Amino acid sequence: MFSGFMVTAWEAATIVAVVAGVVGFFTVLRGSAFAAHALPNGAFAGAAGASLIGVNVIVGLGVFALLGALTIGGLGRRARQDVATALAIVMMLGLGALFLSMTTEYAPEIYSLLFGEVLGVSGSELLPTAVIGMVCIAVVFVLYRPLLLSSIMPDAAEARGVNGRRMDLAFLVVIALATTMAVPVVGSLLIFSLLIGPPAAARSFTSKPLHAMGLSVALALGTVWAAVALSFATNLPIGFFVGAISACSYAAGRSWVAWRRTRPVTKISRTGLLRA
Amino acid sequence: MAGSLAPVFEPGFFSSSPVHVALIVGGVVAIVSGVVGTFTVMRGQAFAGHSLADIGTAGGSAAFLVGVSPLYGFVTMNLIAAGAMELIGIRRPRGRDLATGIVLGAALGLAALFLYLDTTHSSTTGATINVLFGSIFEFPSSLVPVIATFSVVATGIVLLSYRPLLLSSLSPDLAAARGVPVRLVGIGYLVSLAVAVSLSAVTIGAILSTALLIGPAAAALRITKRAPLAMAIAAAAGVAATWLGILLAYDSYDWAPGHRGWPVSFFVVTLVFAFYLVIHMSIGRSHGHGHPSVGTGAA
Repeated sequence: MFSGFMVTAWEAATIVAVVAGVVGFFTVLRGSAFAAHALPNGAFAGAAGASLIGVNVIVGLGVFALLGALTIGGLGRRARQDVATALAIVMMLGLGALFLSMTTEYAPEIYSLLFGEVLGVSGSELLPTAVIGMVCIAVVFVLYRPLLLSSIMPDAAEARGVNGRRMDLAFLVVIALATTMAVPVVGSLLIFSLLIGPPAAARSFTSKPLHAMGLSVALALGTVWAAVALSFATNLPIGFFVGAISACSYAAGRSWVAWRRTRPVTKISRTGLLRA
Repeated sequence: MAGSLAPVFEPGFFSSSPVHVALIVGGVVAIVSGVVGTFTVMRGQAFAGHSLADIGTAGGSAAFLVGVSPLYGFVTMNLIAAGAMELIGIRRPRGRDLATGIVLGAALGLAALFLYLDTTHSSTTGATINVLFGSIFEFPSSLVPVIATFSVVATGIVLLSYRPLLLSSLSPDLAAARGVPVRLVGIGYLVSLAVAVSLSAVTIGAILSTALLIGPAAAALRITKRAPLAMAIAAAAGVAATWLGILLAYDSYDWAPGHRGWPVSFFVVTLVFAFYLVIHMSIGRSHGHGHPSVGTGAA
């Protein structure tokens, strides 16, 4: 389980989980779940286009993810963001359908781009993954304070001279970068689960931003490691385990919140007295 | 007519039976999407609308596994998913995307599992591709009545609850103050959205389903603030884009490269996107981006 190609798989999964934990925290905070779904899915079309004209898949993913981010940012300026995102994703997928109809790519490769094939990551894919991942995290930390302010209190941020539109666009580009990095490794559907599940669960446990971000990284790491191990042991697809564990950790977070909320009310109960 | 229009309509367009079925199914789905989609855009549930198309994949692939028609798998899964979204909190604007995202993530995990089991059992991954990029030309004509029935259900719910739905979409607080059961109306609407989306996803593919649900309706709501008119424009624009797309796809069998025909979804999506962009450019500046007002909308 810890030898040969599995080492590469563990390393790749770890990088992706750390980036997803950090970027996902802001994704959940800003309510950008749709963009986090649309960019990886749309970028998948770029991969199809890249294989059609014979360039590196990462280039195709990157170009489409960035174009998607710019389209959402541009259209979202004067319309509802969810409408802009929906239109961007269908346009990218429409192009993907066109590219796929022209290639002779086999379906299993498309399946692995969608659902991920972490066990099939090659050593040479690790370096670009790590570099783009570092860039993502660096951008998030450079923009940390204005990004946080504009996510929680858009009006106050605006008053302090933080340009909300520019923050939106900057964050969309960060998601696009994370997408480019993660799709070849874990597939476009899995990166989305990681960007939403662990951070959403983390936010239920703590309201302090840095704590939540740390917890979100920890949960993402736990999710991915457990998923790789379970996938290795059972031979079932890793995407299933990531989806299931993410959903379970979110459910645990919600139950925790519900339990904490009922505690002061049921002070007479035994646990309440013990804790008081 | 045939003589002068021959360069536009390739030979056989009007006599081919797959084309007939495609025109009928595409038209029906476009009308339902226009009616339901107008409210989807108003309620800011575009993400939910798109997600249901993807979530259905899990149901579709499970149905494939147990050997029933994917259509029923889609509808069942989407109704469950709509219920889960409602429970997690699709009502609050801030939690809306998160509720949708959690359900979508879990369902995609299930889809990965079922598709994997499908492939190990029958050594085909066609299901994924079919669902995402599904071809309107391959739809069996025997299922047309089923589609029609489900369409009537979806539009029926929307039209029957029209006034309370409109009021609670535009201003939930005002609706609640007037005694509208906002939550119940919202659930009813989610059911009709789930049915409408599963229908279109299984017949024309998830991409087209979202395109027809959101694109024409969003453009129509830019043109007019009156909901009934917007629904009519959205339905008409959707039907026009679908039929034109089918025609172009049919013609494209003679185009380069390879004479294999370009996918319908590409043409329809491009037409819808272009339509929205034109409206966005020409009207966006003068009208600003307010919500349709309650007074004119409910009149």
